[in-house]
Amino acid sequence: MSTVTRAGVGRGEAAAGWLFTLPVIIILGLFLLVPVVMALWVSFSDWTGRGSPFSADVGLVGAENYEAVTTGGGLAERDFGLAMRNNAWYAVLVIPLQTALSLFLAVLVNRAVLRGRGFFRTAFYFPSVTSSVAITVLWLFLFSSSGAVNRILSWIGVAGPNWFNDPTGVVHAALRGIGVDRGPEVLTENSFLSVSWWEWLAGPSFAMSAFILMAIFTTSGTFMLLFLAGLQNLGQDVDEAAVMDGAGIWQRFWHVTLPQLKPVLFTVLTLGLIGCWQVFDQIYTGTQGGPGKTTLTPAYLSYQSAFISQEWGQGAAIAFILFLIIVAMTLLQRWILRDRPISGRRRMLPADQDSLSAQPKGGRG
Amino acid sequence: MTAVALRHRGRPAWGQIGLYGVLCVLALVYIYPFLVQLATSFKTDPDAAAQPVSLVPQAFTWQAYERLFLHSDFPVWFMNSAVVTLLVTLGRVFFCSLAGYALARLRFRGRAVIFAALVAVMSVPAVVLLIPKFLVINSLGIYDSYAGMVLPLLVDAAGVFIMKNFFESIPRSVEEQARIDGAGIFRTFWSVVLPMARPALITIVILSFQGSWNELSHFIVATQSPELTTLTKGVASLASGQLSQGSEYPIKLAAAVIMTIPVAVMFFIFQRRIMNSTEGAVKE
Repeated sequence: MSTVTRAGVGRGEAAAGWLFTLPVIIILGLFLLVPVVMALWVSFSDWTGRGSPFSADVGLVGAENYEAVTTGGGLAERDFGLAMRNNAWYAVLVIPLQTALSLFLAVLVNRAVLRGRGFFRTAFYFPSVTSSVAITVLWLFLFSSSGAVNRILSWIGVAGPNWFNDPTGVVHAALRGIGVDRGPEVLTENSFLSVSWWEWLAGPSFAMSAFILMAIFTTSGTFMLLFLAGLQNLGQDVDEAAVMDGAGIWQRFWHVTLPQLKPVLFTVLTLGLIGCWQVFDQIYTGTQGGPGKTTLTPAYLSYQSAFISQEWGQGAAIAFILFLIIVAMTLLQRWILRDRPISGRRRMLPADQDSLSAQPKGGRG
Repeated sequence: MTAVALRHRGRPAWGQIGLYGVLCVLALVYIYPFLVQLATSFKTDPDAAAQPVSLVPQAFTWQAYERLFLHSDFPVWFMNSAVVTLLVTLGRVFFCSLAGYALARLRFRGRAVIFAALVAVMSVPAVVLLIPKFLVINSLGIYDSYAGMVLPLLVDAAGVFIMKNFFESIPRSVEEQARIDGAGIFRTFWSVVLPMARPALITIVILSFQGSWNELSHFIVATQSPELTTLTKGVASLASGQLSQGSEYPIKLAAAVIMTIPVAVMFFIFQRRIMNSTEGAVKE
């Protein structure tokens, strides 16, 4: 670096500023921005994976790849429909359960008087640091047909399913239990994305259910820490005031604690939602979409279409549809959880606390 | 707290016992799978199949570990993961703090644009980038090489974000003194500011180490040769290869145990830091 003179300070800072950020710009540009543009091109082309996607013999096919997976009526559309169904059930079950469980854990371990707080926090958080591959291997063992889970179920007289090899949807299985084997015609005859409504309503297969349990197991610790940080930022005085007013534990939690945790809740729900549509590692390691395509997810299907079936255009198209889904879901959630001007529960809070809870906490809030 | 204690003075014991009961059951559910994993890795194949819940092997054996280390590519996988994790962690610590410092402290035209681009980039989900990344890595001619494995991971937008936030929180006066004393910008950064940023740097180390050690999808699209297989990719192939037979669980679980050890050690070293800071806790 040259010596800093009075006149050269501005210029020196500008040069240093660009120099310091240059590695980040180059690497993120090269491996994030350029790839996205390239993949967008591929999603509109008939590139087969050989040579450069920009060479002369690669043709533009318009929206053909997008049509093949959304309206084509062929196998590609059905696979995409199944992947959407599987992932939708996964998200619908994982997001509420992981959020509720992590909040519950955070409230339990937040007690100042609790002995062994550190131990419990460590126990709940540990699954979050281990790799998804290692956890999947463990899960395959625990949920194998004669594995630990089925053994424990047998102690209470339940014959567990052959988890990772059972494509039956849990809703269908429950209906079968009360004697319903076939859906009404209105559901079986009509379809969306080449998957009949009856199939859409099948519920997650037993194989997918095992992955759902795994997701809750591995993420609840991380989110517990986020909630814990939020709980520790809360003032004790409001809670004590509510106690004086005679509010019970449940009332205090619902009307005093939870509204104040809204920024953290938003973070947790958003991270959960984004994570839920990116299910890849588990499927790649564990089931490759089976049994009966019931653990196929859009993320894995995108990989499979491109790298295994060599349908690069379709794979890229699925990736972009997935991207749009994630963006749309996040916006929807932001809209649902937006700050409403007047809300009944807010009147319960003292004025100063109200302004405090409206402030986002931290950079992500 | 005092008010709560007063209110429940009549029946503290049952509430406490119930609380501990719930917590202990939950802790057991969270810990038991890992104990089973460890125990099963020392069992024989028939024993693992016959006694899936037991924590005591009927005949203790190192067989699974011997096969992994002496008769498979496992040592190669481990080496590759270690090399990549080391390089990525070093790179991220350096580049993220450099860029974070520039964005927090240096005044230059284009800073706002870079920052906005960074935030936009952070919102792109990693899974969407699988095919795109392969296309670029292939075009650059670094497919199936260490460069292709390490370079794309070398910078992390979230890390830049964390460093920027941290540098903004420390007072300017110290570095201004150094600048007046005639130190250049890089020198001020390197020997005055960076040593003060230890807590944030540790966060970056934790996130990078954990992120690159556990990374799978990037290595799937960046490499194909057996010599460049990492632990995640290798163990995944081990798991999916024999799913239908459902056997050989001890060796698979032994592999899972070994790949868990480095992140577990990391976790216990920095446990206090991870548990007390929100930034350090977010799994990327």
